[in-house]
Amino acid sequence: MAGGIKKFVVGSFTDEAVLFPAVKNVRKAGYKIHDVYTPFPVHGLDHALGIRETSLHTAGFIYGITGTTTALGFITWILVKDWPLNFGGKPHFSLPAWIPITFELTVLFSAIGMVLTFCYLCTLAPFVKKHHFHQRATDDRFVMAIECTDKTNDAEVQSFLQSTGAQEINVQVAETGWWIGTYDREQKLYKEEKGY
Amino acid sequence: MSLLKYESQQREPLVDGDKDYHQVSEDIIGPIEMKPGKLWYIGFFIAQALLIIGIYSVYREVAYGIGQWNLNKTIGWGWDITNFVWWVGIGHAGTLISAILLLFRQGWRTGVNRAAEAMTIFAVMCAGQFPIWHMGRVWMAFFVMPYPNTRGPLWVNFNSPLLWDVFAISTYFTVSLLFWYSGLIPDLALVRDRAKTKLRKMLYGIASFGWTGSTKHWQRHESLSLVLAGLSTPLVLSVHTIVSFDFATSVIPGWHTTIFPPYFVAGAIFSGFAMVQTLLIVVRKVMNLKDYITLGHIEAMNKVIVLTGSIVGCAYLTELFIAWYSGNPYEQWAFFQSRANLFSPYGWSYWLMMFCNVVSPQLFWSRKLRRNITVTFFMSIIVNIGMWYERFVIIVTSIYRDFLPSSWSTYYSPSIYEIGFYLGTFGLFFTCFFLFAKFFPVIAVAEIKAILKTSGENYKVKMTQMEKEDAEKFYLDEVEHAH
Repeated sequence: MAGGIKKFVVGSFTDEAVLFPAVKNVRKAGYKIHDVYTPFPVHGLDHALGIRETSLHTAGFIYGITGTTTALGFITWILVKDWPLNFGGKPHFSLPAWIPITFELTVLFSAIGMVLTFCYLCTLAPFVKKHHFHQRATDDRFVMAIECTDKTNDAEVQSFLQSTGAQEINVQVAETGWWIGTYDREQKLYKEEKGY
Repeated sequence: MSLLKYESQQREPLVDGDKDYHQVSEDIIGPIEMKPGKLWYIGFFIAQALLIIGIYSVYREVAYGIGQWNLNKTIGWGWDITNFVWWVGIGHAGTLISAILLLFRQGWRTGVNRAAEAMTIFAVMCAGQFPIWHMGRVWMAFFVMPYPNTRGPLWVNFNSPLLWDVFAISTYFTVSLLFWYSGLIPDLALVRDRAKTKLRKMLYGIASFGWTGSTKHWQRHESLSLVLAGLSTPLVLSVHTIVSFDFATSVIPGWHTTIFPPYFVAGAIFSGFAMVQTLLIVVRKVMNLKDYITLGHIEAMNKVIVLTGSIVGCAYLTELFIAWYSGNPYEQWAFFQSRANLFSPYGWSYWLMMFCNVVSPQLFWSRKLRRNITVTFFMSIIVNIGMWYERFVIIVTSIYRDFLPSSWSTYYSPSIYEIGFYLGTFGLFFTCFFLFAKFFPVIAVAEIKAILKTSGENYKVKMTQMEKEDAEKFYLDEVEHAH
């Protein structure tokens, strides 16, 4: 799962109005933006970064119809085949009376399935430990991490990032994957490389 | 200045004061990081005391049987089901705020949605207690689940509204919890990143699931919130519809009406908003969040209260009209003798309900009163009393005099254990709410930040200035061109 150790040039922005042109310029200059970390959903940033639309809602729909068919299939099997009971002479297959439960199970399957898929895709779970490029990325900083390859000249990237209006520019080395760890232990793998 | 959204400058700001992103974090997360005040301890202590009363009352009921309650053969449902419907109804406002208002793109929901959703979850927890303990032999409660068993297998009756209730309430609780918690994750990550102590960093680290704020994650998060809102919207309507089916699908005069689903849903939102007002008026004062839960928010909720209160009033009058118009003597007896006749045993409760739910909310047609904190707080209590009586009236007055006069009940009043059980659910509710207010961000921080630049007071002032300058420039240009 782990994507290996990589080097990143990291800069932070205080205003999304500065961030947007910066994203555009960095991409134009041919650098690869690893990610931008923001304290709240900045609308349009995904498009600016060239990230494709999520298809999470499609997954939600599939989970939903799974719930519908599960409910209808299960109730039909029970009340028609497994143990038919005569409720006031009404038909065994009494669909209108099953609509409430079918609806509830549709919603339940869809909601649970989507949340689990969301957590799976974003690797969110208790005890998951990830690399945080900036301590205030959840508070008031918009943090851009540019991925470096062997051929990248860090100093050049740093000065370019500076020119776009970024602050607190530094170079960090991090593992791009994720792994399970605990919070109280110091992460040995991460260190800020000095001298760049 | 590149603004991502535009909001009319006519609208009043949703965030007062001179705020930037960091200040928002400080204001909302700050109270979590401090030791709770004296008021918190007093409140928590009272909640614990009520909870203990509730636990003892439930113990009596389980140990000595359902006879500890004053229910009898005629009045099989009394305070327990009244309280159940009341609590479920209260929960509805939270989902309305978080889901329906999200779909309607109402910016003001951001200030109140987190606390309202928490209220939903706790209210549904309280509601669930009543049918569970009413089972009497509560250790058999798992019989309501459709599982392969050795009794046949004898399955549950999927055609029964009571089973629909089981599915509706448990789905509602689960989905509300998922919706609430998925919204909490980014804010818990903020608490984690601000944490000064190791323990707090560890606990909030576990709770925030390793959230980083990645753009892709936010994109998925937005999609998730939108779809969950889309799912919760019909869900919340279905839940109280199904609760109303408990009554409406029966043949009891007074219950057997097709108007029940919309009428119950409107009543649920009505009482729920009243409870949100009660809680948030206290929260904004104690936690000093007046800049985020502004008079504008309170006014908006009061508008919903006057709307839903009037829908409920309309439903009451429709019921009376239809009872008369139907020409059915049993219906007419239920509505005009058991309820609307002030001198019948429960006539007082009907007119108390009418006054609290229909007459008193009309005060909110006045803007001055809608924006008055004291009046709003007082009204929120009145409305909740009224909505409790609505359920009491529907349940008890429909069954205390049934078709056979020989089995007409003597006057039903609750035993101390029924009252104790009800008080106990208040204990449970407020215990949860106090813990929530202490350990979780009571306002959705990320969502407030997302609307700050369009709806924050300081930004609005700047924006108005810019618009004015633009308009002047435009005018001058036009004049110049004209010559």
